[in-house]
Amino acid sequence: MTAVVRIEVLKPGAQTQLQDLGRYGHQGLGVPVGGAMDEWSHRVANLLAGNRDEDAATLELVLTGPSLRFGAATRIAIYGADMAPRLNGRPLKPDRAVEVPAGALLEFGACVAGQRAYLAVRGGFAAAPLMGSRSTYLRGGFGGFQGRALRKGDVLEAAGQAPAPTATGPRTHPLLPSSLARQPAGEPAWLRVMPGEHWSLFGAEAQQRLGHEAYRISPKSDRMGFRLEGAPLQRLQPGELISEAMSFGTIQVPPDGQPIVLMAERHGTGGYPKIAHVISVDLPRLAQLAPQQALRFELVSLEAAQTLYLQREQALATLRDALP
Amino acid sequence: MTAASATPTATAWRIDAVGDRCLLVGLGTEVDPATSARVHALAQRLRERPIEGVRDIVPAFTTLALHYRPERFGLTPFATLRELLLERLAEPLEALADSGRLIEVPVCYGSAAQPDFGPDLDEVAARCGLAPAEVIERHLASAHRVYMLGFAPGFPFIGGLDPALAMPRRANPRTRIPPGSVAIAREQTCIYPLETPGGWNLIGRTPLRLFDPGAEPPCRLAPGDAIRFVAIDADTYRGLLAEQAGHAA
Repeated sequence: MTAVVRIEVLKPGAQTQLQDLGRYGHQGLGVPVGGAMDEWSHRVANLLAGNRDEDAATLELVLTGPSLRFGAATRIAIYGADMAPRLNGRPLKPDRAVEVPAGALLEFGACVAGQRAYLAVRGGFAAAPLMGSRSTYLRGGFGGFQGRALRKGDVLEAAGQAPAPTATGPRTHPLLPSSLARQPAGEPAWLRVMPGEHWSLFGAEAQQRLGHEAYRISPKSDRMGFRLEGAPLQRLQPGELISEAMSFGTIQVPPDGQPIVLMAERHGTGGYPKIAHVISVDLPRLAQLAPQQALRFELVSLEAAQTLYLQREQALATLRDALP
Repeated sequence: MTAASATPTATAWRIDAVGDRCLLVGLGTEVDPATSARVHALAQRLRERPIEGVRDIVPAFTTLALHYRPERFGLTPFATLRELLLERLAEPLEALADSGRLIEVPVCYGSAAQPDFGPDLDEVAARCGLAPAEVIERHLASAHRVYMLGFAPGFPFIGGLDPALAMPRRANPRTRIPPGSVAIAREQTCIYPLETPGGWNLIGRTPLRLFDPGAEPPCRLAPGDAIRFVAIDADTYRGLLAEQAGHAA
């Protein structure tokens, strides 16, 4: 049975936009990948909502969530930041599939933990893929929902599969790592990094600093990059580099020595030296950190980073197999 | 003993990790047409004989990067992909000199009468010790070639600028550069397809729309293209702009 589910936006929230796992295949044309800042929460939300396609579009909510009215019954899941969601006025328990009746009102309260939540709906939010992706690219004004963040009065549609029968009822999720920080409030978050191609262009002092000093996330951070403030990282010799590829998590160092971690909407290429890279499994945790949050780096090898990556993929595969 | 004699099988490339999901091949150290040709020859080979699990190929001036899904490459993804890539590199990269295309790009250059079209032209001329008309003449005559696209969707880095026109970027970048602006810095020309901040020296403006996400292909220019700039006046500029708007509607 199929029926399009219409979802009306009563309040848009701060910066609510459609995202998937990104627009790969076009970085050679200068088109940023974009996609979810917290890929892990996006993927888990999709699986909990019953979408085997982890690339299905979700709504990325930042700090202030929207108010949405569901025109038909469906299943949703919210993962990532805790924004105190309520369905028809009743608080939702986090991190599980939720059956939504026709006409239901979904609202969000204050952001209790984290920065970004992902709302997935069964069948995925409908949007015409552009250059192979449903991600919104705000600077370019294309992709997602009309190339922009949601506004009051917008009507979203979901692909319209009826909810699967829920003989077992809504289930709590299996043991999966959350991207929310687990350290006590006020303490620096720790993130693992692997050395970058230009590690050796920096002196022993800068290399030591990166591994030991605390850095703070600047309020000037956005989907493109997180600017960090702290002990400056100086190169042994100044000089210009030839522009080349950058990646999600690349830590580049401009001449002022204040590092920038490149995030989802980074440029695919750049000319600043790459001192290190935040490893992929720690990027979701970074995406959930607030401005002014302090963080520290711990150096690991490429091999260790890839082993952790494969272990996390295995955890997700386990969840995929456990779901109906 | 030199490094070269210590490694008799010294290769003409280097391979580095750009984080745990991206691998980069360096094919030279200088921005020149021969290196660019090797980069794009390898990109072409990888498109013709793709490696399963690679999801983006990003050619730049001297390098080519592969974004990949580590879960498709066994227990040691970087090492496994590196081996697959070495197979692609085993055969020589024929230096494809260019794409075989010559694209004409109409430009309305700046002047005292129409400073909006190239607000930095007079300053560029003064710094080069040339008259503004000579700057335009040399720009028209240069052997332009697209080296790479990057920075913004459809943004071309075009090499081959007459060395007499080479100069650094502006000390104070502008926060908003209008789309179509034609600008120079070092020995390159660029064209801004979208309104962005930028620090290059603006000498003219093209009515050509360089990027359209709904078109196939979305970018008008591609690496390897030879570019010939053609001078047009403001009326022609406006006419071509209106014509394109008509097509888009």
